[in-house]
Amino acid sequence: MKISIERRPQDSNLMKYLSPLLAVLLTLMAGGVIFTLQGQDPWTGLYTFFILPISDSYGLSELGVKAAPILLCAMGLAVCFRANIWNIGAEGQLLMGALMGSWAALSWMDLEGIWVLPAVLMSGAVAGLLWALIPALLRNHFNTNEILTTIMLNYIALNLLLYAVHGPLKDPHGFNFPESALFTEAVTLPLLLEGTRLHIGLAFGLFAGVCIWVLMTKTFLGFQLKVIGLDVSAGHFAGFRERRLVYFSLLLCGALAGLAGISEVSGPIGQLVPSVSPGYGYAAIIVAFLGRLHPIGILLASLLMALVYMGGEMGQIDLGLPLAMGSLFQGMLLFFLLACDFLISYRFRIRTMSNQPPAHGRNAGVNC
Amino acid sequence: MDMDLITNILFAMVRTGTPLLLVALGELVCEKSGVLNLGQEGMMLMGAVIGFIAAITTGSLIFGVIMSLIVGMAMALLFGLLVIQLRANQVATGLALTIFGAGLSAYVGTDYIGQALAGFQPVLIPLLSDIPVLGKALFSQDILVYCSLGIALAIWLFFRFSRPGLVVKAIGESPHSATAVGLPVILTRWLALLFGGAMAGLGGAYLSLAYTPLWAEGMTAGRGWIALALVVFASWKVERVLLGAWLFGLASIMHLVLQGMGASISSNLLATLPYLATIIVLVLLSSNQSRSRLLAPMSLGKPYHPTG
Amino acid sequence: MNGIIKKNKDKSSEIIMPASHEPESSRSLRLESTGAVFENSRSDNHFYRIRCEGITKVYPGVVANDQVSLAIQPGEIHALLGENGAGKSTLMKILYGVTQPDSGHIWFDGQPQPLKSPAHARRLGIGMVFQHFSLFETLTVVENIALSMDKREAGSLKDLARRIEEISSHYGMPIDPHRHVHSLSTGERQRVEIIRCLVQDISLLILDEPTSVLTPQEVSSLFATLRKLAAEGCSLLFISHKLQEVKALCDRATVLRHGKIAGTCDPKTTSTEDMASMMVGSQTTLGQRYSFSSNKVEDKRLAVQGLTEAALGDFGTALQDIHFSVKPGEILGIAGVAGNGQKELIQLLSGERLATSPDFITLDDQAIGKLTPGKRRRLGMAVVPEERLGRGAVPDMSLSENGLLTGFLQNLVSRGFLRQRRIHGFANDVISNFRVKAHGNLADAKSLSGGNLQKFIIGREILQNPKLLICASPTWGVDVGAANLIHQSLIDLRDKGTAIVVLSEDLDELFQVSDRIGALCHGKLSPVKPVTETSINEVGQWMAGVFTNPESEASEQAYALPRGVEPEMEQNIQEKEFTP
Repeated sequence: MKISIERRPQDSNLMKYLSPLLAVLLTLMAGGVIFTLQGQDPWTGLYTFFILPISDSYGLSELGVKAAPILLCAMGLAVCFRANIWNIGAEGQLLMGALMGSWAALSWMDLEGIWVLPAVLMSGAVAGLLWALIPALLRNHFNTNEILTTIMLNYIALNLLLYAVHGPLKDPHGFNFPESALFTEAVTLPLLLEGTRLHIGLAFGLFAGVCIWVLMTKTFLGFQLKVIGLDVSAGHFAGFRERRLVYFSLLLCGALAGLAGISEVSGPIGQLVPSVSPGYGYAAIIVAFLGRLHPIGILLASLLMALVYMGGEMGQIDLGLPLAMGSLFQGMLLFFLLACDFLISYRFRIRTMSNQPPAHGRNAGVNC
Repeated sequence: MDMDLITNILFAMVRTGTPLLLVALGELVCEKSGVLNLGQEGMMLMGAVIGFIAAITTGSLIFGVIMSLIVGMAMALLFGLLVIQLRANQVATGLALTIFGAGLSAYVGTDYIGQALAGFQPVLIPLLSDIPVLGKALFSQDILVYCSLGIALAIWLFFRFSRPGLVVKAIGESPHSATAVGLPVILTRWLALLFGGAMAGLGGAYLSLAYTPLWAEGMTAGRGWIALALVVFASWKVERVLLGAWLFGLASIMHLVLQGMGASISSNLLATLPYLATIIVLVLLSSNQSRSRLLAPMSLGKPYHPTG
Repeated sequence: MNGIIKKNKDKSSEIIMPASHEPESSRSLRLESTGAVFENSRSDNHFYRIRCEGITKVYPGVVANDQVSLAIQPGEIHALLGENGAGKSTLMKILYGVTQPDSGHIWFDGQPQPLKSPAHARRLGIGMVFQHFSLFETLTVVENIALSMDKREAGSLKDLARRIEEISSHYGMPIDPHRHVHSLSTGERQRVEIIRCLVQDISLLILDEPTSVLTPQEVSSLFATLRKLAAEGCSLLFISHKLQEVKALCDRATVLRHGKIAGTCDPKTTSTEDMASMMVGSQTTLGQRYSFSSNKVEDKRLAVQGLTEAALGDFGTALQDIHFSVKPGEILGIAGVAGNGQKELIQLLSGERLATSPDFITLDDQAIGKLTPGKRRRLGMAVVPEERLGRGAVPDMSLSENGLLTGFLQNLVSRGFLRQRRIHGFANDVISNFRVKAHGNLADAKSLSGGNLQKFIIGREILQNPKLLICASPTWGVDVGAANLIHQSLIDLRDKGTAIVVLSEDLDELFQVSDRIGALCHGKLSPVKPVTETSINEVGQWMAGVFTNPESEASEQAYALPRGVEPEMEQNIQEKEFTP
């Protein structure tokens, strides 16, 4: 018997959507194996990880809380990735949004007025946008690879955040903890559901999803982004302005990530802390791919990713598993997805020797 | 600034530059063959954690180093399976390797956080280490630093004089032409990739066994990414990788320099320096488009699918 | 006699039979079916350098080779003729061990040989010159050649360089072994490819469309080299679709059509028409001249004045002081071997690259040199680029989306929103008007054959009713039927008053459709003359750079025919006369 790989005559549309499901399934199976290796019952492990966290309404609302920032970042990333712009910097853009938004919030939080909260949110979004402007500028005018610049800017943003909470934005009455003062009501996001932590940030994410769906499927701008992403020379040939498109997608993503950042600090956290983001910006990369860069896929994938975060915490509390289990699941998910994507363009064919016509037998040397 | 300070700065510069040098050399060979592995950070983390665990459980630093080499190669194997065999996107797979390496290293290293280890100690080279200033910087280092210099020399000779070096360069330029003239593209890329993995593992082990002999989650702090930028900075030339690694090492220990000069700046702000330096260097180097295009291996990052 | 070739003749014990000694009967035209030709071949196997029988290769969706048989004697120059897509490349890859056939047998020097790999083929003494060179641009000539040999065989680079010099002087192919390949011209690169084969012991040399990248003059010097090789006993398999060249060079020809043998013949005694009909399967008229422009107006639709641009990067070509103009209702043909500035000229005309001065290019007296492609399209310019997939069309997008790619000015977008119905309608119009074979407007561009995609792209540009059409290599790699349709639609568009510039490597094509013609060489434009006042031979000279750079079009008459037209050239390539 021989297994051979062959290219499909046409990419399989079915596999395009099946592949993420397959990847999730494989991740769950690998997770089961890891639980077993840890000396846990795999079913208990998977249950604790993926069912228990959302088995009550509070858990479900927490899922929305965790999903909100991922959703916002992933929506922006989807636009960048469609345009073949490898923005790895959502994390940094989110952190800058949180940092500058917090600064605005701390400055204005004792003021009265309906404009305060929108202004704070706007500051966060603008900060993210400006942070994304750096790689956009460098790529457009200095031909600098955006992967490396956005990564570097993530580390710089993290260090700036640490500097701020240890220095200028530290709560003067906070017993020297590296945290800002608690935000007042005026700069806190309204809740979607009383009694939960579910805030309006999730609505921002959903709204962004609708807008991006319209952008990518209904507008000429979205079409141009797709062309540039698929085939940059065709875009040049047609006269699309690549630089403008790079600015547009990076700045859009930066603004959304910045909004995610400020929504986190002015929503569930309520103050600026060093650990604003447990890697939401990186998780959003996985989510964007897992969701096939499509808003609905991204929504589902961000819920799954939020669940992985919650499962990691639940596993630590209930089963004493390392918290890093969650990040391990994230890594595996992306890996399995990339592997399964192979099946979109290729298929395995299993041939048994007996299937070959006997006439070919004598050509064994030639036949391959 | 007194002489002692300069000596100490140079000593620290070489030490800090060594993990960058190791990883960048591995990635250089890998990129020369046309494979862009963005997963250096993940491979380094795995090398660091496995090297540390192996060393602390067996008490043998050398065993730790060997395990880090193996785990680096195992990570590269995973990358190769996806990129070379399953033809996945190299950029996305590199990212996946980094995210996976970060998760897996944090997972296996949980129990080892806070444990201490006696790391590699400096080995003084007789006579040479007595040279003022340079003696301490270059000849009073630990064995892995000497190794890194030896490997740099070996790779330089490899590309300069050997036929396999020529083969790697040719495959990196055009895998299609290479196939046409009968050069083993897939095999060469696998070997280059595995070498890169081993070197990244070693670079990680240098951190956890020599530089700061302990394990901390995410302890590589972006060094894998900086090493990638370093290869661009060096225009894929070995001697410039060496120089660049030390320069980046210097940027990373600027706090030492500034403190020596009596300045007091927040350590968090100073920590941004190597990343800022990376960006500035990238901008300076890539602004001349045609030049950078000519220097980079032409098939870099492009998937290669042999037909038939 | 050269030692390198002699060595391998000693190796094989057979008698060398130069092609001219063949019995006359075997050289006459044979149009029998495959089986009949080789009926009695098994008995005299040992007379053949290479023989294959019943070669079949199936790719998903297409039978590339179907029961193909072929035999070549020592010292014979054998042509493999066929249209693009007839299966020539597949057969040649099989004969060089690049791909393995699904079934069939191959004998080399009388021994059954499954050709497992190119390395195996080379060990047997088979050399191959691909159409797309397999050279490494950043390495030197000698390094390139060393890499294709075993380490032991290659020896030191110094010795190898000496051998290269020997061979290059023996066969009249001057080359400096220490130059970097990226600094070589296309013709020189081809020499490196041939020398690379000759440094090894070869007794069969396969050349895939070797002349497609050469000027007529370079072709004649290549032919001299090949004849010398054949005279020394080396067999040659010459793959081409240019009948004139096959007639001039080859002893026998095998014609492939749709993956099957369509016949074998002696090209010296067979008319080009007969060979053409074997290739395309019907009496399609080849090389028919279309009508000339009837426009007598003297306005200039497009004028290029003194266009001078530096080369971009190390692989670019600088353009020097280019002058030409095109009238409404006229086709200007620009000949030239690729890499002589065509790419640069197209990009500058289309606006993908902006000129350094706006006045270098004017459209209806408006300076457009610094306008973006989008603005030029608004002024009525349309462009058919050379690369179809990856410039002219996005491979992974549907035909509808590819219609929108440049057709967005045809009311397909309203206030930034897409008008889906019109977008599909536009694509359907192109598909039906230009007989594009595709599974509807939602088929991906990459699923179309080269010819159909080209029809789609040209149709997309023509349906926008441009005032000016820039068209690069309109029929490259396209079958005869599609080529005729494309040519006819260009003529029709011209007759509607559009100014058209056609850039092509194919001189026959330019002489079929152009009203006036010029040639690019090293970034300079030759004089531009009416087609009726020049000849293929003269344009060939221009392509090789033999012209005095005219100050302007007015001084064209001052141009004198250069001396030193090679006599062989005139023999090989039939001069075409055009009388209006």
